[in-house]
Amino acid sequence: MLTYSRWRRTLEAVSIPIAALIFSLFLFGLFCAAAGANPFAVYGAIYKAAFGSWFAFQNTLIRAAPLMLTSLCTALPARLGLVIIGNEGALVMGGIAAVAAGLSVADFAPPIVVQLAMAIAGIIAGGLWIGAVGALRHYRAVNETISSLLMNYIAIALLNHLVGGPMRDPSSLNKPSTFPIPDIDKLGTIPFTRVHYGLLYGIVVCIIAYYLIQRTTFGFAARTAGGNVKAARIAGLPVGKLTIAICFLAGSSAGLAGMVEVAAVHGRANESLNANYGYAGILVAFIARHNPIAASVVAILLGGILASGSILQRQLGLPDATVYVFQGLVFLVVLYSESLYGRFAIFKEPDVVTPPTSSAPLAG
Amino acid sequence: MATEALGWWGVPLGIMAGMLRGSAPFLFVSLGECLTEKSGKVNLGLEGTLLTGAMSAYAVSYLSEKTVGSAIAPWLGVLVAGLAGMVLGFIHAWLSQQPKVNDVAVGIAMIIFGSGIAFFFGKPFIQPSAPQLPAFELGAWSNIPQIQSALKVSPLLMVGVLIAPLMAWFFKSTRWGLFIRAVGDSPDAALAMGISIKKVRMLCIIAGSFLAGIGGAYLSLYYPGSWTERISSGQGLMAVALVIFARWNPIQCLWASLLFGGAQSIGPALQAVGIEGGYYLFNASPYILTLLIMIITCSPKKTLTGAPGALGTLT
Repeated sequence: MLTYSRWRRTLEAVSIPIAALIFSLFLFGLFCAAAGANPFAVYGAIYKAAFGSWFAFQNTLIRAAPLMLTSLCTALPARLGLVIIGNEGALVMGGIAAVAAGLSVADFAPPIVVQLAMAIAGIIAGGLWIGAVGALRHYRAVNETISSLLMNYIAIALLNHLVGGPMRDPSSLNKPSTFPIPDIDKLGTIPFTRVHYGLLYGIVVCIIAYYLIQRTTFGFAARTAGGNVKAARIAGLPVGKLTIAICFLAGSSAGLAGMVEVAAVHGRANESLNANYGYAGILVAFIARHNPIAASVVAILLGGILASGSILQRQLGLPDATVYVFQGLVFLVVLYSESLYGRFAIFKEPDVVTPPTSSAPLAG
Repeated sequence: MATEALGWWGVPLGIMAGMLRGSAPFLFVSLGECLTEKSGKVNLGLEGTLLTGAMSAYAVSYLSEKTVGSAIAPWLGVLVAGLAGMVLGFIHAWLSQQPKVNDVAVGIAMIIFGSGIAFFFGKPFIQPSAPQLPAFELGAWSNIPQIQSALKVSPLLMVGVLIAPLMAWFFKSTRWGLFIRAVGDSPDAALAMGISIKKVRMLCIIAGSFLAGIGGAYLSLYYPGSWTERISSGQGLMAVALVIFARWNPIQCLWASLLFGGAQSIGPALQAVGIEGGYYLFNASPYILTLLIMIITCSPKKTLTGAPGALGTLT
């Protein structure tokens, strides 16, 4: 990654997003000041709630786990030139499928099998959900951004329908839910922490995704098609298959996030599944510039910000929507920073000096 | 709605009432999006604009009631909603015209930002009730209360219905309409004509966001007529699909909006006659309808007729 000749570009790719984050923090401070809160108190509260103590940091990590997975739902198709924002829908479908699979095998199978069944069901359901978006894109040229967004609403309606009727546990009165997964089958915590194994899933999947996109022929083909579809077609790449395969993988990551939420956090499927991890995942993907490894780091940062929402409300009296304002500001500034690449002389490689050879005269 | 007396007739009546009541937000947002897309940019962020419009209209109507009276206050709210939309539109227009910045991504950011702003400032206005917009009682001839309530028409809807043909005429027969079409279809030709692409797009996006803000005001000040965080159910997003369905033609935006308004009320209308089973599924029918329409109307072989040439390119 960090080769000597390209260190300036790497530095640019690291420092521009960081500068964008700092600038959006500054803008957010102005916003808070305008709304009558002390910006430094807000920064302090966010920092404390996110990274201030081991306890707080574990909370952050718990929130980062689904974000890592949902961010891939936007990041992978982006390498193919598609803007997919169906993260929330794929997460919900993955959660529903995981509960259904878990409940149907929980009676007779050992926990490891139940968890495996849940993970596979979540992966397949999420994958099919976004895979359908990819298929519509390829076969019917349906705009993938709009169709994936519409499918979010359809998935949430399906969730409400299923937990309110066919899959409802009659004892869940105030908040319709499915029957709970037995405690023994839930995802455990990583030793010495309160953080569940979903975090490990997130990190591992991000690494796999990075490897797949950057180091395999499949990833190379996808990136080529993303760069220039016509050239990819002429080179004989199966653009349609690539589109559907990438979309399937993207959806399956978000589906796995749904499984993690069900199997580790909620223990059952209900409307809490629809907790905006999908939309925040889009933001993670864009800040990370669709690089899976960077996404896992950004997910921890953003998980911390999400974790601070309730503290802002309790300590400073700011509405919980403050976090969305912040997210929106970060998103806008990060998008603006896209236009800054290549504008700073300091990040430009100096003109390459060719080593003197007998055939290439240096003069001129 | 108590539809027991009408029995099954309540369903078509309910859907028709929904068309008249629920289509205005679709109409305003889709007209705004139509104007925006004609100039060659996409504004996915109109969902955020809609929410901000709904919140600011409600807040202004509530706060100004004491000073200007309950007849003018809601109209002031409508105006402010439009202005708030213009501010968001300006952000979108400026940002999406920076080099290398993708307008779809900016739209997603604007959804998050706009809804964040709306929820942040709208928190104190969830409880109090603000003066609402008046309605024309077109059903006064009937003595059936359901028909009376179904035929209540908001003046805002009428304004929207008037804007649609006006906008079609504007595109077709005026100098400015030609400029916009030139910028949207072939920026190079527009440049050769001496038109500033940036300015035209900036104005189109801001004007389109003004319309979307008014659509939001309709939500909070007429139907459903209160401010909650769930007031918009994705109308701003569906409008983007609706414009594709309407082939970028303002008049067809009107018909499509009526269709969507009707689809939106299938769930409640069926619930009113006692069919509760698939309530959530029927409520999802506008989304399913949008998706089906897009699947049917889009084609991988050719670009859609009426699509502005520069749409979706980074120019």
